[in-house]
Amino acid sequence: MSSSVLSTRTERLTGTVVLWVFAAAVLVPFVSITLAALQPADAPAAGLSWPTTLTFDNFRQAWTTAGFGSLLRSSAFIALVVVPIGSFLATMAGYAFGTMRFAGSKLLFSFLLVGLTLPPEAAVIPLYYDLKQFGLTNTYWALILPLTGLYMPFGAFWMRAHFLSVPKELAEAARVDGASEWTVFWRIMIPTARPAISTLAMLFFVWSWNQFLLALILIQEPSRRTAPAGLGFFIGQNTLDTQLLCAATLIVIAPVVALYLIGQRHLIRGMTQGAVKG
Amino acid sequence: MTKTLDRRPQAPAPPAPVRPSRGQPGRESRRVAYLLLAPALLAYTVFVALPWLHTMWLSLYEWDGVGVGVWTGLSNYREVLTDPALLGAIEHSLGFILFYSVLPIVIALVLAAVLGGRGGGGSAARMILFLPQVVPLVASGIAWRQMYAQDGVVNQALRAVGLGGITRAWLGDFTWAFPAVGLVGTWVMLGLCLVFFLTGISKIDPALFEACRIDGAGAVRTFFAVTLPGLRNEIVVALVVTMIAALSSFDVVYATTRGGPGDSTTVPAVLIYRLAFTNGQVGLACALAVVLSVLISVIVLALGRLSKEES
Repeated sequence: MSSSVLSTRTERLTGTVVLWVFAAAVLVPFVSITLAALQPADAPAAGLSWPTTLTFDNFRQAWTTAGFGSLLRSSAFIALVVVPIGSFLATMAGYAFGTMRFAGSKLLFSFLLVGLTLPPEAAVIPLYYDLKQFGLTNTYWALILPLTGLYMPFGAFWMRAHFLSVPKELAEAARVDGASEWTVFWRIMIPTARPAISTLAMLFFVWSWNQFLLALILIQEPSRRTAPAGLGFFIGQNTLDTQLLCAATLIVIAPVVALYLIGQRHLIRGMTQGAVKG
Repeated sequence: MTKTLDRRPQAPAPPAPVRPSRGQPGRESRRVAYLLLAPALLAYTVFVALPWLHTMWLSLYEWDGVGVGVWTGLSNYREVLTDPALLGAIEHSLGFILFYSVLPIVIALVLAAVLGGRGGGGSAARMILFLPQVVPLVASGIAWRQMYAQDGVVNQALRAVGLGGITRAWLGDFTWAFPAVGLVGTWVMLGLCLVFFLTGISKIDPALFEACRIDGAGAVRTFFAVTLPGLRNEIVVALVVTMIAALSSFDVVYATTRGGPGDSTTVPAVLIYRLAFTNGQVGLACALAVVLSVLISVIVLALGRLSKEES
């Protein structure tokens, strides 16, 4: 008996050790660019080595000279518009799919779900030419509008799953009391859906912040470019020295990493459960 | 896919009460339903569905993006399916399935089996493993560019273990650039697969593991008899998610090699970008985009059917 307990314990210990080895492997690339970013620009940025002299100058230069301060502002503006609009539209749609019966609901839902598997590159070319025709390329709307549309399949799906789990009696009781559909939605359903909505909002923030292909193509004007697209631009130009590029990369990932530290449970649950359900 | 999972309610489905037929309120609620759906469906239709149809339409033309397009029927598709450069890109993205799907799923399965469904230990490690799912892929690509550089960590490690002879600029090597970029995909997907499987294992009836233990079955037997069958659904989901990521990958390739050296790491998305916005071959780029989406849909549908048949 005791030997079996012991073996379970060693097994578990081995598992934890192996897990940490993989976790360390995941961290190495980030540690590597952090060390490089702390290195003065004239020092060789080589592998994992402690910088000879520590400097934060690269971060300052990336923020000002390379313009990542304003790139970050563009990304923040886009995300902060997409998140509330996207969450609101998705919540309304999910509520309709999850709680109401109407002709064509199955068809409309399947129509939306097709979008879950469609990669953005399948739509980006006409998007570019169509938005250009309306003078929208190189504006923030060139990204805000398509991203909102792109997130509707997942958003509606996610919120529908939530509303399906809400007991019907809740809404029925309010209706019996004479509440209109609108009141039921605003006063009863939205408050109970707060956790599901905040998970969705976090996912939308991360996805819109990280969006690369669409950002690269739809906003090419330097003053409007998003932060990841800015990184892409500088890789292409090869105009930044390594230390500066590493500092810029860290600046770009900082907001999402911060959000992850705060809401990791939400984000992990959203990304995995959302996929399982979708 | 959607159909199977659709039939998987969150909770055991309560006996559906026969809805009291309401006269006026029913009609009102129907009107409200359409009103609630309209904005989401409008955004999706205008900015996703219609552009996608437009992609199909443009794929039938030869157009440089500026002048007047010329109708060419299916000739762009013929080119996609015969041109070695275009076919090569599709082959590469299929090859990425090994790195984005097979490797992370196998590693995560073993890790999950060893860890078991028990929570607690190593939750910080799990959080770190999931990190690449949250960070922008371009940023990860840049970090890995540093890793694979001539004086990067990979070569540093090889030298440290006495393998200095095989060091090279990995991303500039015709043979090694492809697996090097692929392994970044493994690195990105591992944490996601692990979370899928750990959650899945915790849902397997502990009595099954107990039965194995009493029968004296070893870890390997237990894995194949209980763990693997119990995780069937999670494995299918992991396959779907990671295969979509492999086939439509862009960010990592763009940040690390841009398809080079030569054409050794091109993927469809990189060629779509290059053909449409650098080479002025918009129609051809659209045809490639259509072929790519068809390929993804076929794979997703096939996997969906697979999980349905087995269950």
